[in-house]
Amino acid sequence: MANADCIIIQGSNMAEAHPVGFQWVMEAKARGARIIHVDPRFTRTSANAHKHIPTRAGTDVVLLGALINHVLSNDLYFEDYIKAFTNASSIVSSDFQDTEDLEGLFSGFDPETGSYDTDSWQYSASQEGERVGDASTFTGRDGSHYTSGHAGASEAFGAGGPPLEHGLPERDETLQDPHTVFQILKRHYSRYTPEMVTETCGISRADFDYLADSLVSNSGRERTTCFAYAVGWTQHVGGAQFIRTAAILQLLMGNVGRPGSGIMALRGHATIQGSTDIPTLFNLLPGYLPMVSVGEHDDFAAYTDSIGRSEQKGYWANSRAYAVNLLKAWWGDAATAENDFAFDYLPRLNGPAGTYQTLMRMLDDGVDGYFLLGQNPAVGSANGRMQRLGMSHLKWMVVRDFSMIESATWWKEGPEIDSGELRTEDIGTEIFFLPAANHTEKAGSFTQTQRLVQWREKAVEPPGDAQSELEFLFDLGNRIREKLKDSTDPRDRPLLDLTWDYPVDESGEVDPEAVIAEINGRFESGPDAGKPLTSYTQMTDDGSTSGGCWIYTGVYADGINQAARKKPRTEQDEFAHEWAWAWPANRRILYNRASADADGKPWSERKKLMWWDDEQKCWSGPDVPDFPADKDPHDPGDTDAGGPAALAGNDAFIMQADGRGWLYAPTGLVDGPLPTHYEPVESAIPNPLYPQQSNPTRVSFQDRHNLNAPGTSGTHQDVYPYVFSTYRVTEHHTAGGMSRWLPYLSELQPELFCEISPELAEEVGIEPYGWATVISPRAAIEAIALVTERMTPLTVAGQTVHQIGLPYHWAQGTHAVVDGDSVNDLIGMNLDANTQIQNSKVTACTIRPGRRPRGKARQELVEQLQREAGLTLSTGDTRVTAPDFPEGTHPEDIDLSTGETIEESFDLPAHHRQGPQSPGLSEDGKHEQGGEED
Amino acid sequence: MGLLSGPEADPAADAGWGHDHDRKGFFTDTSICIGCKACEVACKEWNHNPQDGNLQIMGSSYDNTGSLGANTWRHVAFVEQGKDRIEEARETGRKLVSLGMPSIGPRSGASTPGGRPGEDLSRADTAPPDTPEFRWLMSSDVCKHCTHAGCLDVCPTGALFRTEFGTVVVQEDICNGCGTCVGGCPFGVIERRDDGTVAPKGQRGRVQQDVPNKGTANKCTLCYDRLVEGEEPACAKTCPTTSIKFGDHDDMVESAHERIAQLHEQGMTEARLYGANPEDGVGGTGSVFLLLDEPEVYGLPPDPQVPTKDLPHMYRTAAVAMGGMLAATALAFLGGRR
Repeated sequence: MANADCIIIQGSNMAEAHPVGFQWVMEAKARGARIIHVDPRFTRTSANAHKHIPTRAGTDVVLLGALINHVLSNDLYFEDYIKAFTNASSIVSSDFQDTEDLEGLFSGFDPETGSYDTDSWQYSASQEGERVGDASTFTGRDGSHYTSGHAGASEAFGAGGPPLEHGLPERDETLQDPHTVFQILKRHYSRYTPEMVTETCGISRADFDYLADSLVSNSGRERTTCFAYAVGWTQHVGGAQFIRTAAILQLLMGNVGRPGSGIMALRGHATIQGSTDIPTLFNLLPGYLPMVSVGEHDDFAAYTDSIGRSEQKGYWANSRAYAVNLLKAWWGDAATAENDFAFDYLPRLNGPAGTYQTLMRMLDDGVDGYFLLGQNPAVGSANGRMQRLGMSHLKWMVVRDFSMIESATWWKEGPEIDSGELRTEDIGTEIFFLPAANHTEKAGSFTQTQRLVQWREKAVEPPGDAQSELEFLFDLGNRIREKLKDSTDPRDRPLLDLTWDYPVDESGEVDPEAVIAEINGRFESGPDAGKPLTSYTQMTDDGSTSGGCWIYTGVYADGINQAARKKPRTEQDEFAHEWAWAWPANRRILYNRASADADGKPWSERKKLMWWDDEQKCWSGPDVPDFPADKDPHDPGDTDAGGPAALAGNDAFIMQADGRGWLYAPTGLVDGPLPTHYEPVESAIPNPLYPQQSNPTRVSFQDRHNLNAPGTSGTHQDVYPYVFSTYRVTEHHTAGGMSRWLPYLSELQPELFCEISPELAEEVGIEPYGWATVISPRAAIEAIALVTERMTPLTVAGQTVHQIGLPYHWAQGTHAVVDGDSVNDLIGMNLDANTQIQNSKVTACTIRPGRRPRGKARQELVEQLQREAGLTLSTGDTRVTAPDFPEGTHPEDIDLSTGETIEESFDLPAHHRQGPQSPGLSEDGKHEQGGEED
Repeated sequence: MGLLSGPEADPAADAGWGHDHDRKGFFTDTSICIGCKACEVACKEWNHNPQDGNLQIMGSSYDNTGSLGANTWRHVAFVEQGKDRIEEARETGRKLVSLGMPSIGPRSGASTPGGRPGEDLSRADTAPPDTPEFRWLMSSDVCKHCTHAGCLDVCPTGALFRTEFGTVVVQEDICNGCGTCVGGCPFGVIERRDDGTVAPKGQRGRVQQDVPNKGTANKCTLCYDRLVEGEEPACAKTCPTTSIKFGDHDDMVESAHERIAQLHEQGMTEARLYGANPEDGVGGTGSVFLLLDEPEVYGLPPDPQVPTKDLPHMYRTAAVAMGGMLAATALAFLGGRR
C-alpha cells in the first residue's frame, strides 16, 4: 500500500480496526498519495484521509458500478492491460440474459428454489470440452435431485469456484461482439450514472467527480490506485458482489498485480487469514479445497475434478496432488492409492452448516454439544438473543477462554434471565469452562492480511490449568482415541488412523514446529524420504509426498522455520523476503506477472516490479514471480498438457482455468456473474434500478425471534424509520473477551454509545451524552448518545436518511470491568448466499430518548412495535419482486392482507426455516428441502 | 550556575552531568496521529500506572481519560471542528508564519519521514487543500520535560532531578508528597497520586491492581528506566504511524521544523510548532509538538511560564523592599537620636 498513488478505503474503518496496517496508508500519504474514505460515518480513518465521502450503507455497487460506467463510457480504462490479462474479449453464451433484460434478475433463476441455474452464464465454447464435474445437478443420498447452483450451495466450491465448463472460450479481440464480456459489462452498468449515485447513495456530483478523477488520474502505466475493504463490504447480503465490483474496476484500470495496486482484504483478528487458509470454516479444507459434499463428490475423482480438472489451465489442475497430500498428512500410512488415500474418511456436507444453520438446529434440539474456542456468539453473532436461547437447548457445551465471557454466563445473568424468558433452574445445558492460554503464553504462527506467516515464541508459561489450543486438542484427541482403541466399528477408523504423534515437552505442550512441518509437507518415500518439501510443485498425487496445506509448502523448507525469520528491514530491500514467509512461495505481490505488459516489459519505470529477462530466459525482479519462472511471455501454452504448462505467456491469473482476470464471472458466485445493486433486506428505499428490490438468493430464517422490518412492503415503514450499522472501535476487540476484562482498555471506552447526527438528535429529542434506546424488530438496547457532526444525514430518493452507529463490544454480565447492552441482539439473520455471512451493516430500527425498560417490559416494548408495524414471519421476506417472475411457492403465505394478527402468526411452530435457502438435516438425518416442512 | 529562564543549550550539563548523553526528547506530530491510544496503553503497561476515572463516558468525543495526571502520562485529545473553526485555525497559523516563526525555511524536495531517497515527489499533490467541512483532530500529549522545569525548581526535597538525558524525573522513594511541584508546573502535568485504588462503576470492585507510589508526585519519566538500557520510550515504540518520534532533542526540533515547512508548502498554514522555541517561557520543551490549531484547542497553555522565571524580578523587588526597610529602620534610629 505504501507504493500506491491513491488509496480508496471503502467498507472499512481501517485506522480504527487495523491501526497497525494503517501505518502503510500513512506512509503512502507521506509519499504523496491521495487518501479517500467512503463510509457512512466520519471515523478516525476519515480524519486522516484527504477526503471523506459520506454514503448510504449498502449501496456500494451503485457507486462502484458508476465508476465502471464512467471509465467504460469515457474510454478511461487501461486498454492494453485489459486486452492482455482479462476476459474482456471472451464471448459469453448467447443464452445469457442480463438484469437489464429481466428487471433485476439474471437468466436461469428458479423461483421455486430461489436459486440460479448457471448454465446460461457460461462462456461460449470454441472447442467442445467434455463436461466434467458438472455442478449443476446431482443426486442426493436419498435419491432426491436438487440443484447445487442454488443459493447456499457455495459450500460445494473451493476458492476458485467450480471449474470452467470451457477453459478456452471464444474471443473477439476487437471487443466489438455484443456477446463479449466487455460489451455485456458496458450494457450492464449503463444506467449506473453519477445521477443514480446521488439519488441512491446520497453522494453529490462533486464528490463523485473527485473520486472518479482521483482514480483515473492515479491509474495507468505510471501510477496505481489500491482499494482497501473489510467487513463493511463482507457483512451485507450480496457482500461478495461488492468486492467483485471493486475487482472489476481495478482490472479495468490495470490495478492488479502491480506495486501499490490491488484490493486489500483487511482481516480483523491476529490470524483470521490463517483460519481461512487452514480453515475453521465448515465449507473448506486446508488450502481452499472444498469440503466434500454428498452427491456431488461421491468419489475421489469427482471431488478433485470439481476443483480443477487435470487438463485445464493453471495450478488448480493439480488439485488431485493437493488433496492427496492433505489426506496423506492426516492419515499417513492408512491413506493408500487403493483406498483413494482415505478419501472416504472425510465427513460429508449435505447443505450449509454455518453458524446460523447450526443455531437453527440447536433450537430444534438437534445439537447435543457445542465447543466454543475463541468465540463469544452470545455477543458477537447476529441476533444474540437467539444465540443464547439456542444454547439453552444444548445438553452440554465447552467454553475455552481466558475470560468468563457471556457465552459462558448467559444461563445465570443473561438478559433472558432478567426478562424471565429463561430460568436458570430450567436450563439443562451443562457448561464446562476451561481456561485457555493467551497469545503470549503459547508459541505458534499468525497469518495476517498480507498472507505473511509470522512466528511468535512463548513469552511466559500459561497460568494455572490454562492450556494452548494445541495442547488441548491433542489431549482431547488422545483421550478419545484411547476410549475407542478397541473399537471395530468402521466409523471410528478415521479417528484411530489419524497421524496423531506430535512430540510434547515436559509440561505436555505440543511442539508447534512439528505441526508447521506437517503442514509444510515432506517426502514420504524415495531418496529424500523424510525431508521437507520446498515447494508445492514437488507434490505428487501418488502418495510419495504429504503436506497439510499445499499453499503453505515452503514455510518449513530445508527444515528451517521460515516463518520465524526476523531480519531487520534495514538489512534488506522493501519486499523484505527474509522477514517471515508469505504464502504461496514467499510471493509478496500476487499475480505479479501483470506488472509487466504482454511482452514482459514493465509498464513503466516508476511501477516496475517483474519483467522478462530475455537473456536469462526467466522472470526477473525484486519479488518472487507469481508465474512459471521460465515461461516466455510469447509462449502460446501447451493446451494439451493442461496445468501450468497450458498457461500462455500472458495468462497472468494462474489460478483461473482461462488464465484471465475475470471482469465477468461465469462460475463461482451463486447470485450472478456481474454485481448488481439490490437494496438491503430492511431498506425502505425502493430499488431505483430494478423492480427486483433485494437479492433474490439471500439466505433467511423465519422465526418469531427473527422478524424483519417491513422495508418497502406494508404500510408501516414509520415504525422503524432509521438504519444502523454495528462495528468496532480501536479500544476494544470484537465481542470484548480480550478487552472488557482489561482496565487499561476499558477506561478508554467504558460504555456502550451510539453515534447520531445533531439533526437526528433534534428530531427525536436526544441530549448529547444522554441515554437513548434503540429498538429493532428483534430487541431493544440502551446506549449513551454521542451527538456528532461526524454523522451526516443523507438525502436519498427525496427522503432524509438517518444512519446510526453502534459499536458492538459490550454485553450484560458481572465478570468484565465494564458492561452494557449487546447491540448484535438487534440484528436479524439475513445471510449472503455465497458466504453465509450475516448482514450487520444495514438494519432498520427506531431510536428514542431515555433508557430502555427493565425486566419483562423490555421485550414487551419490542413486541409492541412489532404489532404496530404489523410484522409477520414473512414480512420483508418476499424473494422476487420483479413482476414478470411469478413467485413459486410465495413466501407471503402469512399475508398481511389476510388480516392475520401477529399473535396468531406466533401460534405457528416456534420457527420456520425459509426453506429453499437453507437445506438442513431433519432428525432422521435425511437431506430435505426446508421448504417442505413449511 | 544555571539560568532560571531563557535559552539553555544543555540542561543536563547545567545540572552537573558530563556530556556523555545528548538531550533526549519527543517530537509528537499530531498531523499523523490516528487516535489509536496505543501510547496511553503502552505507557500504563510499562509503568504499571493504575486505571483512571470512573469508567463512564466523559462527554468529550472519544476521549475518556480527560487529561494528563498522576495515572495517565500519555493522553490523546479528540477535537471535533466545523468549517468556521478550521478557517480560523488556518488564519491564525498564517499570521504566525508571516510573523516569522522559528523555521529553517522551506526546503526543496523536503525529505519525508520514511520517504525513500531520490524518490520523485514532483507529482505529489501540493495544492492548498480546500477547507474541509469538518475535521477531527487527535493529539497525544505528554510531559514537556522543560528546559527550565518548574516542578524540579520548586521541589523542596530534591525528589525531582534532571537526568543525564536532560529529562525530569521524580524519585518516588524521596518524594514526600508535599505537592509543591503540582503548582510549579505551568502545563498541569505533574500530579499527586491519591490512594489510586480502582473504583469501577458503583462498588463492584472488579479490578484489583497493585498501585505503586501512592501519595507521591507522578509523571512521565520519558521511560528513564528504558533509556538507561538504550531503549526508546514505550509510547514511541508502540506508535504505529510514527506520530510520536523519539530521539536527540536537536534532531527532534530539526525534523519538527522540516515537517512544518513541508505542511506549509502544502498550504496547511494551520500547522504550527509548540515548544520548539527556546525563547519561550520555559526555555523550550524537551517534548515538541506539531499542532494543527491553537494550543488552547488541545488543552495546552498558549504561553507557559516557568515560575522561577520571576525569581530575579522577585529577588530584585525583595532587595528593594529590604533596602527600603533597612533605610526606614536606619532613618528611624537616626530620627530617634535627634
